[in-house]
Amino acid sequence: MRIELRDIRKYFGPVKANDGISLVLEGGRIYGLLGENGAGKSTLMKILSGYQPPDSGDILFDDQVQNFSSPKVALGKGVGMLYQDPLDVPPFTVNDNYLLGRDNRVVLDYKSAIQELQEMTSRFSFELDLQSNIEDLSLGERQQLELARLLVGGAQVLILDEPTTGISAEQKDVLFDSIRKLAFEEGKTVILVSHKLEEVQELCGEGMVLQKGKLVGKTELPCPNEKLVEMMFGQVPERGERTEFPLGQPVLGLVDLHVTTYRLSIRDVDLTLQQGEVFGLAGLEGSGQRILLQACAGLLHPDHGKILLSGQDVTGLQYHRMQDKGVGYAAAGRLEEGLIEGLTLAEHVELAKPKHRFFIDRSQLNTTTESKIDQFQIVGRPDSTADELSGGNQQRLLFALLREKLKLILLEHPTRGLDVRSSNWIWDQLYQRREDGTAILFMSADLDEIFERSDRIAVFSGGVMSRVLETKNTSVDEIGHLIGGQA
Amino acid sequence: MDSSPLVLTLASIILASTPLIIAVCGEILTERSGIVNLSLDGTMLMSAMTGFVVAFETDNVWLGFLGAMGVGAFFAFIVAFGSIRLRQSQFAIGFVLTLLGDDLSAFLGQNYTRIPGPVVQHYAIPILKDIPIIGPIFFNQNVIVYFAYILVFVTWFWLFRTQPGLRLRSAGDRPEAGFARGVGINFQRYLYTIIGGGLVGVAGASYSLNIKIGWAEGLTRGFGWIALAIVIFGGWSPIRGMFGALLFGATKALATYLQRTFPEVSVVAFNAIPWVLMILVLLLVGSDFTERVITVAPKSLRRPLQRFLKISPPQALGSTFVED
Amino acid sequence: MNANRWIRWVWPAVPIAGALVVTSLLLFFFGAAPLEAFQAMYDGAFGDQAKTLSVLAFWVPLLLAGTGLLVTFKAGLWNIGIEGQIVMGAIAASWVALRMEAPSAVLITVEILAAMLAGALWAALSAVLKTRGNVHEIFSGLALNSIAIIFTNYLISGPWQPPEGGTFRGTAPFQPGALLPLYENSRFSPLSLLLAAIAFTLVVIALRGTFWGLKLKAIGQNLRSAFLLGVSSEREMILAMMLCGALAGLGGAVRTLSWFDSLRQSISGGIGFMALLVVMLANYRMFLVPPIALFFSAVLSGSITLQLRTQLHSSLGGILTELMVLFVLLFGDWKKLGVFRKKDDDG
Repeated sequence: MRIELRDIRKYFGPVKANDGISLVLEGGRIYGLLGENGAGKSTLMKILSGYQPPDSGDILFDDQVQNFSSPKVALGKGVGMLYQDPLDVPPFTVNDNYLLGRDNRVVLDYKSAIQELQEMTSRFSFELDLQSNIEDLSLGERQQLELARLLVGGAQVLILDEPTTGISAEQKDVLFDSIRKLAFEEGKTVILVSHKLEEVQELCGEGMVLQKGKLVGKTELPCPNEKLVEMMFGQVPERGERTEFPLGQPVLGLVDLHVTTYRLSIRDVDLTLQQGEVFGLAGLEGSGQRILLQACAGLLHPDHGKILLSGQDVTGLQYHRMQDKGVGYAAAGRLEEGLIEGLTLAEHVELAKPKHRFFIDRSQLNTTTESKIDQFQIVGRPDSTADELSGGNQQRLLFALLREKLKLILLEHPTRGLDVRSSNWIWDQLYQRREDGTAILFMSADLDEIFERSDRIAVFSGGVMSRVLETKNTSVDEIGHLIGGQA
Repeated sequence: MDSSPLVLTLASIILASTPLIIAVCGEILTERSGIVNLSLDGTMLMSAMTGFVVAFETDNVWLGFLGAMGVGAFFAFIVAFGSIRLRQSQFAIGFVLTLLGDDLSAFLGQNYTRIPGPVVQHYAIPILKDIPIIGPIFFNQNVIVYFAYILVFVTWFWLFRTQPGLRLRSAGDRPEAGFARGVGINFQRYLYTIIGGGLVGVAGASYSLNIKIGWAEGLTRGFGWIALAIVIFGGWSPIRGMFGALLFGATKALATYLQRTFPEVSVVAFNAIPWVLMILVLLLVGSDFTERVITVAPKSLRRPLQRFLKISPPQALGSTFVED
Repeated sequence: MNANRWIRWVWPAVPIAGALVVTSLLLFFFGAAPLEAFQAMYDGAFGDQAKTLSVLAFWVPLLLAGTGLLVTFKAGLWNIGIEGQIVMGAIAASWVALRMEAPSAVLITVEILAAMLAGALWAALSAVLKTRGNVHEIFSGLALNSIAIIFTNYLISGPWQPPEGGTFRGTAPFQPGALLPLYENSRFSPLSLLLAAIAFTLVVIALRGTFWGLKLKAIGQNLRSAFLLGVSSEREMILAMMLCGALAGLGGAVRTLSWFDSLRQSISGGIGFMALLVVMLANYRMFLVPPIALFFSAVLSGSITLQLRTQLHSSLGGILTELMVLFVLLFGDWKKLGVFRKKDDDG
């Protein structure tokens, strides 16, 4: 089947998630869809699989215009999407989950369900316990089930969204084998949406790169990783002028740190940060950077290993204790994690102060807030609520709320969605904090930012931290290799 | 032997638990689809009143049940409409309806209090009623009692063995997944909230037409809350819910019995048992205690133990779902 | 004037009017003239001094409970267990009144403190079940309400039954010195109003002016962000519940020591649930709580006169207030109705 997307557009308010994307996909091939976070990959795939209608543009199958009103209709026409978070029902048994929505008979037909599932699983050599509940399966097994379900449902086009996040190496091999089988033996079209260049190189015949809602490049695969990195992130400029800052005593020490979460674990992290140092964590989203930041903030606790703050062992301390010890953390989701809808700027300032009086001194608070507003150039009044601010101003407020004289600042995507001027300004503010002996550890999806701002860089890939690189001695090539998962 | 006090007591427990069993089945259907209908106490009062008044005026108990069902469905519809369409708090709406149902039933039924009216006829099932012990306890009852037990089975079967049941549960457990498979989530929620409300209506009427025959202000007050508690400590399963309702009936009977035997001791405290159980079960649901028990158990026992112990509320209970 | 703005202005009156219309229809169907009925209700509430005093006497515990609920709602908690907290307060006050011998002033002070403590502890139970056991406060609250009422019944029919034998109606009347000083022959105790006024003022100050109030607001709006900003939610949630429970307990003491003169089976009379309605109708705006609570007690007192005059059941007052709350909940926010809204303006 030949699929054509014509001039697909989808806007969310001012954000152009898809801004006129046109693509042609042939049967029997595996495509890789690449792009940094927010480039519009998910939106495009949701449109193709019937979750969202496009604002404009057409989807054509063998030159016939399709109109998907729901995912079910799309699957009926042969488009199936496998989500990173499988769309199954955790409390159900495997059989129930498989049968949900399959037909319109009243009484469930377990016999044929078991038969079909067994057929599928043996065809792709999946090893599954069909008697268990979905919630007791591993993520990889749940994916295999979803895949089986989509195939039985008649999928001709399979969209796989980050299918290898959180599954084991063996499961990955099984998955890739079955994908190849589907494409090359059965003539299905497969689209792999992934951050992991290595996998895309391994599996796909053609790569398509999105940037800011537009298709910016296509290439035959495999090709050099650097080429893909360049297409994804744009030309990485040589390092700009940045004032050198003499580094001081060690602030943060991580010794053989292991942290486990449901999705991903990070292992064997050893790292020392000195006063005044800016350290950038690169890597594709969900590779372990955020887990490291949260562990340093006391939001996640290591299985083993040590966290030292100015030489003092702070392993296992809770977030609020870490705050008191001089650790500041700014998460990426502004109105979800950091700011509070409905509360005014002044109220935020009051909450974030390290010391409080019983009564709030409104006039003094207003003065303090005014001065923060001035200092951080926030467009807003002390009595504006956080949700009334624009994204950039929310980010400034978030920084204004970080305490004074911190030892360590942890940042997720400090300038995401901000214009160049705002980003520069925010970094100027951060650099000033080095005077207090503050070390900064940040993650960013923006390689430019990492290159331009950090003294040293480490790259995360699949939960493993690379060797530490001096920014002045490294290159885009090297980082590209590391992001792709090569040592 | 068949009319020994014990057998009579057991038969009366069965009879007294029927409305609770019916209401519990209704609320389980509703909550499994993701909506909490908190208005049960008020809905039951309204439907008990309506059921009696309609039956009295038409001299037909079945029309009474039908009317009660309509009232229950209407109250449930308000909860569904308010929470799905208007995105208001289900708890707030259900709570107001609870109080409104209480007062409204008192007002509307004021001319019908404490007068005799039609009653569900006793109907012993031939042959089965002659089985020793079991016969007089289970099969020498009336149609509503038989209906309740059939309902438990049908609800269980519907929920766990049919395609519509899967769709219903997907709306309460993982609406996104259901939606992806073509399930109209909000349709399911409307449907089962209304059906559940209708059953609660039947439960209310079976008080006024079967157990506490007649209508009086506050006739069923408190039973709605108890039904809500039983839904939880029955782990959202109709069969466990049935046992919960029977247990509740049994503790009441036991309390009465003990009171009669030891008049000098106050045994009102027995009434607190279901509530204490409810809190304990909620604690089990909320904490990781069962998880820990299961991990300690020998491997071969784990799965049956898990099936038995693990009680989890519908994952998306009380949340709104936006189809886009 | 812009039509949209005009609707926005007038809209709040619509649900209230709707409730009045439905109530009038009810009256009409039962053969009463609505206007006369409302007149009867007004007379019943403010017709003479005794009636007005009775409204005030009912108002005080309702106001206390509503004041407490302002705190829990601020913290995002649904304290449906307030009914049980009132009951436990009443039980504690009764316990002191029955068991302690002391000069009246001391006795009353101890009664009030005991009631507040009991209410606070009963509320703390709900709070700890929530923070430590993940039990939703609505369900633990319901259970604790029932347990409190069952406990009352136990006391009345058992250890505290009057010497002439248990009637399930109440204990024997307390010693006169244990009761709150009443205004003339009414059931209204000016002291209780003073306490309620102080409580309301303190709560307004706490919520508006203190850092603690700000923390509650933050928790109620966004638990995660509040945590990241440094607010420990567990302590504040428990404290908020305890403060509410203390005020509810005080309300229970007022009920048992001035409205009644003994511990009764239905000691709360549904005041806790009614207070939830009051705060919901006030839409969590603090200064609307006292007038709405007063309005509710007037309507409820008035419906007793309505019953006397028209032979219609006194539950009509409850129906009127509940319909108001229901209609405000359902239709109060006309933006959510989408009647006048373009469908696609929210993206």
